[in-house]
Amino acid sequence: MDNVRVLIVDDSSVMRKIVERSLRQAGVNITQVLEAGNGVEALDVLNQGKVDLILCDINMPVMDGLEFVKQLSGRENAKGVPVVMITTEGSEGHVVQALSSGARGYIRKPFTPDQVKEHVLPVLAGNR
Amino acid sequence: MSAINSNLITNESRKSWVSLLEVAAREVFERMLGSHLTPGPESCDEQGLAITSMVGLAGQICGVLTLRCTANSAVLMASKMLGVDAEQAGPEMPDAVGEVCNMIAGNFKNKIAGMGDGCMLSVPTVITGADYSLHALTDSGKIEIHLLFEGLPLIIAIEVHS
Repeated sequence: MDNVRVLIVDDSSVMRKIVERSLRQAGVNITQVLEAGNGVEALDVLNQGKVDLILCDINMPVMDGLEFVKQLSGRENAKGVPVVMITTEGSEGHVVQALSSGARGYIRKPFTPDQVKEHVLPVLAGNR
Repeated sequence: MSAINSNLITNESRKSWVSLLEVAAREVFERMLGSHLTPGPESCDEQGLAITSMVGLAGQICGVLTLRCTANSAVLMASKMLGVDAEQAGPEMPDAVGEVCNMIAGNFKNKIAGMGDGCMLSVPTVITGADYSLHALTDSGKIEIHLLFEGLPLIIAIEVHS
């Protein structure tokens, strides 16, 4: 996977770094990493340019990940951009809610780099 | 969402929570830090546990999950999570320890049938210093596990309001 611009949305800066490292370990050739600490910040970041992939937490202040995904559906600059949720919320209810809101993948924390690879690469491949 | 579900907090189910809490913690440390937790001594010098991370639970059960460790242990957690040396990891310590506690709480509740959707987690809080007393408004006793992380003591506890 080459030249990927990725947006990582999580209120923990440590977790954003871990997600970035896991993506690189999965073989994703990242050209730019954009970061946001909540859904509102993420929408602002998307106004600055299109990305190829979004990884997003659910539980965040200001605007949570599920609301963020819903808001993406009406935005031209996010059209077709795959979103993979990456969260401690692991119930079937949350998975169904996320996928029905537009997310294309779901990774539960704690995760291994292999799980990131397994869930992200197919989503990215299907979109390029 | 009901505020209280007494079926979730019977004495019988609480017994199983001890092992679920330990499994939840082990999985977090193995997957996110590459470390294997080992059983810890029943007692340790708790004054040395100068870092406390807390995550609140609200919904079908209400309470608080705490993780206590030494300052060195907390920096080591950040170092292992980020894959950098301890000096670089130091400033990230509160965020890292908060995330570890958050993941243990989330992983724990996901292992209890019926609690995944019915219990929300608070944003983690991290306290530095050991000279304090924590008074959680709980009445169902405390489940506490003692573990070792890279040979350093770690106490994880959950207190629940019935």
